[in-house]
Amino acid sequence: MVVECLTGKKVLMKGNYAIAQAAVLAGCECYFGYPITPQSEIGEYLSGKMQELGRAYVSAESELAAINMVIGACSTGAKAMTSSSSCAVSLMQEGISYACTDELPVVLVSVMRGGPGLGNIYPSQGDYYQSTKGGGNGDYRTIVLAPSTVQECADLTYKAFYLAHKYKNPTILLADGLLGQMMEPVEFKPYPYSEIENSDWALSGAKGREPRIIRSYGPLAEDRCEFLEKLFEKYKAIEENETLWEENDTDDADVVLVSFGSTSRNVNTAAKLLRAKGLKVGTFRPITLFPFPSKRLAELAKRVKMFVSVEVNMGQMIDDVKLAVNGLVPVELVHKGVGAPPDPEDIAAQVEGLL
Amino acid sequence: MTTQVFKIADSFKKNVKYTFCPGCDHGVAVRLVAEVIDELGIRENAIVAAAIGCSVTIYDFLNIDALESPHGRAMAVATGIKRAKPDKFVFTYQGDGDFASIGWAESMHAGLRGEKISSICINNTTFGMTGGQLGPTTMMGQVTTTSPTGRNPEYYGYPIKMAEHMALCDGVAYSARVSLDSVPNIRKAKQAIKKAFEVQLQGLGLGFVEILAGCPTNWRMSPAQAHDRVRDEMMQTFKPGVYKDVTADIK
Repeated sequence: MVVECLTGKKVLMKGNYAIAQAAVLAGCECYFGYPITPQSEIGEYLSGKMQELGRAYVSAESELAAINMVIGACSTGAKAMTSSSSCAVSLMQEGISYACTDELPVVLVSVMRGGPGLGNIYPSQGDYYQSTKGGGNGDYRTIVLAPSTVQECADLTYKAFYLAHKYKNPTILLADGLLGQMMEPVEFKPYPYSEIENSDWALSGAKGREPRIIRSYGPLAEDRCEFLEKLFEKYKAIEENETLWEENDTDDADVVLVSFGSTSRNVNTAAKLLRAKGLKVGTFRPITLFPFPSKRLAELAKRVKMFVSVEVNMGQMIDDVKLAVNGLVPVELVHKGVGAPPDPEDIAAQVEGLL
Repeated sequence: MTTQVFKIADSFKKNVKYTFCPGCDHGVAVRLVAEVIDELGIRENAIVAAAIGCSVTIYDFLNIDALESPHGRAMAVATGIKRAKPDKFVFTYQGDGDFASIGWAESMHAGLRGEKISSICINNTTFGMTGGQLGPTTMMGQVTTTSPTGRNPEYYGYPIKMAEHMALCDGVAYSARVSLDSVPNIRKAKQAIKKAFEVQLQGLGLGFVEILAGCPTNWRMSPAQAHDRVRDEMMQTFKPGVYKDVTADIK
């Protein structure tokens, strides 16, 4: 299936195709990937599109190879990406850790499915930890963007490329099987961000300058300490400048429902059902999972009576909510292990049960 | 009147600390790579994908841009560089453990895709940097720190023949095995490296050279004994030669 490049017009599209098309419009020069359900449409779409546009598409032999091809391409300053899902993103963790210390603008689209292990192909939010806490070794952070609509899949793909290059840091677009497979109207606006200058660090051949070495190895303990401090100053700057969230009806709320991604849509409906019953319920949706909007949650914790984290996993984001709330008020969990988000009625009933 | 008989290549960094063990053949291999880069005039356009193991230090010696790859991933990293910037000269410098054990899938598939890159791989029949363990090229009967009674097939399987395998990949334009045991063979090794680089520049496909090299430290030998072993034992199992050269057909 090939969808035409259309800007300024709404088209009905699957989330996976929207992500792929947004990558094209963001100027992605190279895609490297290996198929896995429920995100294979991204590679299928880009295989034709990239060839047509004279850009690079490689069917990698594995996810290990794919992430390392992205590392190679990004070392030259190119916009490059890969996409995968859950158990296969596990295979990329080594590369993500390297890319963080190499400070490379890697873009990874992670379309979550059920886990752990092979799990299944149903939607899930089970890779919150994998994305925000890292499965690779050492101290590092990846920027994590979590769309909740197909439109946001496209918009945040643009943003992923921008932030990855602005901060020279791997950036993950964390979608799920539901967003990847469902169709919604989406409008592709032109890429709204400025291009980031990279001629001062990218590998291009040592012509008229000293050679550049991009490496992860830090043989001396003291140097490594200094490097890590610098890296974490960057993460602090990312927290200060890039934290994004959406909140509704929190002004007078006694209870705030916290959720991310596709689950937030049913949570918003559940909040309306509870409001209709006269309960003062608000919603809070982190859009950046790292940086997590902890400061805002801490502010809300001063006047809210309870937070409820609603997730399609066994309770992962709730850890960050608890850290932000810091024991001021109770933080409860409403969840479902795997699959489509619980129905709004279910969520509403479970929240009511907690009051 | 004086005649210059030897010159350190411009592609070799000046005043670098030599970090390889005494008698290690990596030093010779890196020098040959630097000389070939000079002779082809590609220094300012070259990017090396360094690997993990003793070979990683190539970026301390070569006066060119470098990206350090995770263990075994140099061929994938080089693929990424080349696909992003097809006009750059891209090569890997790896050891046998990196290339043929943990990175074998990446190596073979780069060859099958016919990536326009070059790869130099040192075969010293052991994992050098970690202290001489059994690797993919460890020879039958060879004693290592993890094959204390020698490599036997029932327990450890068989060594891999990289140059022959790479030659079987349709996308490989040149595949050869050379040795650094003697001056004549060192000269042949340089010719092979040059050829492996040229096929990339000509856009013909992947160029590969497997270099038989001594590792006196981990073999518990003197440098001279190590070269004797390369000649008397390794070259019998890993026979030097050109296993594929698509330019030979073109001529």
